Amino acid sequence: MMFATAIVGILITMALALARALKGPTVFDRILAANMFGTKTILLIAAAGFLTGRPDWTDLALVYALVNFAGTVAVLKYVRFQDMAAGGE
Amino acid sequence: MTFPIEAIVFLFLLATALAVTHLRDLFAAAMVFGVFSLLSAGLFTLMDAVDVAFTEAAVGAGISTVLILSTLALTDPREHQQPVRFAPVAVVLLVGAALVYGTLDMPYYGDPTAPIHKHVAPEYIEGAMTDFGIPNIVTNVLASYRGYDTLGETTVVLTATVGVMLLLGGLGGARHRGDAEVVEAAGDEEPTPMDRVQVARVSTTVLAPLIMLFGLYVQFHGDFGPGGGFQAGVIFASALILHGIVFGLSSLKRVVSPRFLEIGLAAGVLIYAGTGVASLFRDGTFLDYAVLDHHSAQHGRHLGILLVEAGVGITVTCAMVLIFFFFAGRRAAKSEEPGDRDRRVA
Amino acid sequence: MVLFIEIASWLLLVGGAGFCIVGAIGLLRMPDLYSRTHAATITDTLGAGMVLVGLALQAGPNLTALKLLMVLAFLLYTSPVSGHALVKAAYSHGIKAELDVPIDPQQVQIPERPARDAPTDSARGKEGADDVSD
Repeated sequence: MMFATAIVGILITMALALARALKGPTVFDRILAANMFGTKTILLIAAAGFLTGRPDWTDLALVYALVNFAGTVAVLKYVRFQDMAAGGE
Repeated sequence: MTFPIEAIVFLFLLATALAVTHLRDLFAAAMVFGVFSLLSAGLFTLMDAVDVAFTEAAVGAGISTVLILSTLALTDPREHQQPVRFAPVAVVLLVGAALVYGTLDMPYYGDPTAPIHKHVAPEYIEGAMTDFGIPNIVTNVLASYRGYDTLGETTVVLTATVGVMLLLGGLGGARHRGDAEVVEAAGDEEPTPMDRVQVARVSTTVLAPLIMLFGLYVQFHGDFGPGGGFQAGVIFASALILHGIVFGLSSLKRVVSPRFLEIGLAAGVLIYAGTGVASLFRDGTFLDYAVLDHHSAQHGRHLGILLVEAGVGITVTCAMVLIFFFFAGRRAAKSEEPGDRDRRVA
Repeated sequence: MVLFIEIASWLLLVGGAGFCIVGAIGLLRMPDLYSRTHAATITDTLGAGMVLVGLALQAGPNLTALKLLMVLAFLLYTSPVSGHALVKAAYSHGIKAELDVPIDPQQVQIPERPARDAPTDSARGKEGADDVSD
């Protein structure tokens, strides 16, 4: 029951973050919302493992915790890279 | 527990997909597409397909974002307005309706009498423990029962990477080494914007080895938990690509040279097929691992799966890093043109 | 002891989910990017932290609990880094903070004081630390 409660809370959070990701208005808002969505997915997967009685799924959460960083850094490099090209450095 | 979590996640997925098609700014679409990937991994997890979710997580969180952004840097980051043509829309709607009609005849989710659970699945599930002693049935099926298919998939990875190399490295013929040098030269010229971001450099130095360690864990723990060669290869490649993003292509080139990656790409498939040939020499059939060990068929199967998964892991790692090399090298060569960032931000 | 763990993980899970929702409401309702970032950070620290510790308590002392705590450690390591880089990139792109306009001279001083007194109070200290790093 407690896992279901937590999952409901996480789902509400995901819905709100999704709304921000769709609304924008700037690209940075979307990046922020997508980042937050990533964290919430980690929580959802971890909690869902407990809900269905197989908590060894936490490997999946670990992948996200580690690999998501590469994606985030790539996004921010993309943003800054354009900046560098425009600045002519 | 009858709470419809899957349905809610599926609704999120639908909303995200509609938003991706609606957005004209392709960078924003790429961000929302990242959310789509997260959601589908969550949905796979909720539907008990942990190994599939694992792949989606490993690919979607890191590498697919990197490749989409590399593509955007090469092309126009804004979708051009095109007039709506009705014939394609009608075709899409028709095919979609046909597919939905087709799902009506499909067995319900989790139905034990579904045909897929009747045919060979019970044999695989029984055999997982008696023949192999390996808890993760998915690994058994991939590496042993369906070993031929997986060999084919690994070869597809090899072929696809060679295709990317030919397309992006120019169709200049068989001079692979020449292509590699083009990438290296482009990497040297590339300004590394992350040079100025000390935080990203320091945290990458700490995280990249941990990601690699976790990749090895996934590689060798795939028999017992979710994971295996494909996922481990992608995770391992993510660490290398992270290094390349933060420290620049030329630095990554010093860690792993394109030549080394090309050799590894082919060597992985060779290890896989070589394991099959080795079992032929021991009077077994192709990819019959039981004969690899004199004393115990189970040990032989363990050894075979280990070798085969290692081959898959090596090929996938090299393929991913090579594709990154070629995309990012292209981007560096093109980076002289000033980007129109204002439209992107707005 | 079992009862204590049950109660503790209930509190942590519900509290963590609550903080997540609060942060998400902030993400949706705050006026500009920088204040939204501020709202989003609470979901990564308190929200994720409490949920993961609550789950780890349910798992008991085993490998799963250790993995959950590792997930938490990595999150606490990566999310400030990406948040910092995000805000820096936004700032260099000329995104303006709407709450930046000083109307009342007295209001200008208020953000500075919690930053100096940060170590005394954890809740205000969190905000102060965020202001400094941004």
